[in-house]
Amino acid sequence: MGGYILKRLVSAIPVLLGITVIVFLIMSLIPGDPATAILGSYATPENVEKLNRDLGLDKPLVQRYFIWLGNMLQGDFGRSFSLNRPVLDEILERFNATLILAGTSFVLCAFMGILAGVISAARQYGLADKAITFTVLIGISVPSFFLGMMMILLFAVNLRWLPVSGMYAIYGGGDLPDLIRHLIMPALALSVVATGVIARLSRSAMLEVLRQDFIRTARAKGVQERRVIWAHALRAAMVSIIPVLGIQAGFVLSGSVYIEIVFQWPGIGRMLVDAILKRDILLVQGGVVFVAACYVFFNIMVDVAQSLLDPRIKT
Amino acid sequence: MIAFLKLLARNRMAAAGGIVLSFVVALAVVTPLLPLQPPDVTNTANRFLPPFSEGHLLGTDHLGRDLLSRLMWGTRLSLAVGAAAAIIAAVIGSAIGIVAGYFGGRTDNIIMRIVDMLMAFPYILLALAIVAALGPGLMNALIAVAAVNIPFFARNIRGVTVGLAGREFIDAAKLAGMGHGRILAQELLPNVVPVIVIAMSTTIGWMILETAGLSFLGLGSQPPQADLGSMLGEARSALITNPHTSVVPGLMIFVIVMSINLFGDGVRDALDPRLRSGALTRPRPATIVDRDNVPDGPGDGVLDIRALETQFHVGPRVYRAVNEVSLAVQPGECLGVIGESGSGKSVTALSVMGLVASPPGVITGGAVFHDGHDLIGAPYRDLRRLRGDKVAYIFQDPLATLHPLYRVGDQLAEAILVHHRVGKAEARARAVALLKSVRIPNAERRIDAYPHELSGGMRQRVGIAMALANDPEVIIADEPTTALDVTVQAQILALLDDLRRERGLSILFITHDFGVVAQLCDRVAVMYAGRIVEEGPTAEVLAAPAHPYTKRLIACVPELGQGRRELAAIPGLPPAVDRLPAGCHFAPRCDKAREICGQEPLPLARSGARAVRCRFPEEDIASQEDTA
Ligand code: SF4
Repeated sequence: MGGYILKRLVSAIPVLLGITVIVFLIMSLIPGDPATAILGSYATPENVEKLNRDLGLDKPLVQRYFIWLGNMLQGDFGRSFSLNRPVLDEILERFNATLILAGTSFVLCAFMGILAGVISAARQYGLADKAITFTVLIGISVPSFFLGMMMILLFAVNLRWLPVSGMYAIYGGGDLPDLIRHLIMPALALSVVATGVIARLSRSAMLEVLRQDFIRTARAKGVQERRVIWAHALRAAMVSIIPVLGIQAGFVLSGSVYIEIVFQWPGIGRMLVDAILKRDILLVQGGVVFVAACYVFFNIMVDVAQSLLDPRIKT
Repeated sequence: MIAFLKLLARNRMAAAGGIVLSFVVALAVVTPLLPLQPPDVTNTANRFLPPFSEGHLLGTDHLGRDLLSRLMWGTRLSLAVGAAAAIIAAVIGSAIGIVAGYFGGRTDNIIMRIVDMLMAFPYILLALAIVAALGPGLMNALIAVAAVNIPFFARNIRGVTVGLAGREFIDAAKLAGMGHGRILAQELLPNVVPVIVIAMSTTIGWMILETAGLSFLGLGSQPPQADLGSMLGEARSALITNPHTSVVPGLMIFVIVMSINLFGDGVRDALDPRLRSGALTRPRPATIVDRDNVPDGPGDGVLDIRALETQFHVGPRVYRAVNEVSLAVQPGECLGVIGESGSGKSVTALSVMGLVASPPGVITGGAVFHDGHDLIGAPYRDLRRLRGDKVAYIFQDPLATLHPLYRVGDQLAEAILVHHRVGKAEARARAVALLKSVRIPNAERRIDAYPHELSGGMRQRVGIAMALANDPEVIIADEPTTALDVTVQAQILALLDDLRRERGLSILFITHDFGVVAQLCDRVAVMYAGRIVEEGPTAEVLAAPAHPYTKRLIACVPELGQGRRELAAIPGLPPAVDRLPAGCHFAPRCDKAREICGQEPLPLARSGARAVRCRFPEEDIASQEDTA
């Protein structure tokens, strides 16, 4: 197992390099004089000159890439102009909040999605199946940011059950119950679309598996139907559900941008949008590379989980 | 095409989605012609008028602009941008995919590497990076959304192209001296276009959502121009005081995306042949029972199948897989049921414990008595308790019938644990003993193997061990040796024979091989087109078959017990069981058939231990009985 994880980690290196190349190339699309474009309203002659030096814009493209990469490897993501602090410090601080939000959402959507999918498949064409299928359809059609706003109206403004926005109460907050109260709505809003996608896929994966011969064997053994569904069938269906969980994790992670805006969540998505509006390119660049790299590592974990589940995968 | 449209129309949800979508698109198209107020004229005196105000059906926004007008223009813009992004992504992505799939080799390799790299990004993140570089603006948002969807199209279309590129018509075009460009444009493209259209229909809703999202963040359309997303984004600051300004554009996005999804799902379902054939329905825990005739008990022998009728109901068609089959297994007896595939022998076997996949299977008549109780009418709870405990199954292909992800020891232990309250350690010890009893060497070690780590013969031994787990009274073996090669087959048969003598098991043995019957079975029943056509002690039937079909079956086996033989050596095919002739079902293939054979119903004529369903039997079983 250890060897397999190592192998997957090594194979991630070219992907990570590719990500940096792509981000670098996208950023070189900036039209006009990059330093001025990047600095925008912060563009004093000194700043422009300093940035040109920082970015090494006098040097050829390839060389510039390697300088940038080398700096990043040493933990130097540059300095944010709008915030006037090192990019990496800001990212690490913000990422924590995003991780709490996206992580909770991911657990929610995986749990609810699989649950709904399995029930739906086990009761195919029954009332539960129809209700779930229709709810799922609504779930994948509603924009998460709109849903978030409607949740605020209902649960925070009208019913006053939950705080409107933010991560902690400004006065007297800061403990775990406070965090959870603030987390409920954004985590739910963020998980809705992914829940729908996972539920759909789980349903069809289960239907596929339930027709297999080994299910008939389990039934012929006298295994209780509940166990047939939740142990035999789900175990086999997980093999095709897990890769989708990996993909959906990416949607949840990046979809947190909207939710962080709607709920004033101090995460990395909101930081990115602010940075884009302020044209703080170094902050955007660093944030994108950082989040993408995290996602690559998450996918390695997904592969490892898959290999633990399926003994037929050579490790 | 017409069938496709019919299917689509039959799906009411999809039709509703299509209608709503057409309505929204039509409204968007005619928006400039409608007598709407100008969408961008501000009037701060009329800020935040509620819906149904005079002159403003949906009220006004924070600058006093007419919401209805802004909604219509915004919808128009959102639809246009989403569609444009979809088209751009589809054209560029498909072009890349076609080139990669057609040229293959290094071109393909490099392109797909880049595509994979792009797909390694969390989706929206890449769009954000592009907007960051190009700067906020509707055009740039459009480019970003299109760009991040290009890899999706490239990968899909490449897959389809690779499949097409190897086909003859492409080779023919190459031989005819057509250039690559012409082949791509004239031969490949027309075949790929439908796939592109389907991929577009499934992604366009997503792209509308995505551009709306970027506008919502303030990175898309810039004021005063507004699409639905930026309307929602601008309204957000007044969400609490004036929610209607948020609800109006938000609901519109929802309605558009929902109708596209409904319609798209309908299109996909109508195109998916598996859904049409019902291949994606889940079998219930027990076969549906809907009986007219219910024979009285208590039955004789350990298992008494009486006038069993099992049918498959597929749409309007009814397939009579099992037609009034009666069989009784005596204690310690091995009864063989032989027939071609489709004769109903396996369905008979599976009906006993309600294991026929249902839907489409329905047991429409008869009974199966065990221990004085009718299994067919038994509630699921009772049936489950008997399954694997009193009546156990061995199935055909052990690779498919064992769970691929559980260790064989756990599968064995489970068979014990579902019927007996014993500890885990005890169950495991029993599992080892079971493996030993089916002569698996190294049982202590093999118990932790997964099915794919064992050979075919070993797997079937595990299957047999599982059937023996609770010392059942009857074992139903459904072609247990068919998937194995000849030597292994002989070993497994010998094992089964030993086991049944040691344990006094009754076996119902389903096979298509008379050689196997000769080796193992005391009695044999021959099935044809869902009916029993002959029955009797194995030796007598083999020595003097009475039914012409039986005679031919026996003639197919060159040397008894020597490997497997398909029954294709008999000319003709068994009849489709939804269109059976009135009289003898074998008549179309029978040499001795006369006119009367196909006309009148034919009963199974019994005489002593033997029975035959034939007007002109090969042997007079009645006279044979006398001489015996
Ligand atoms: S009834 Fe007639 S057709 Fe049928 S098997 Fe006998 S002889 Fe042949």
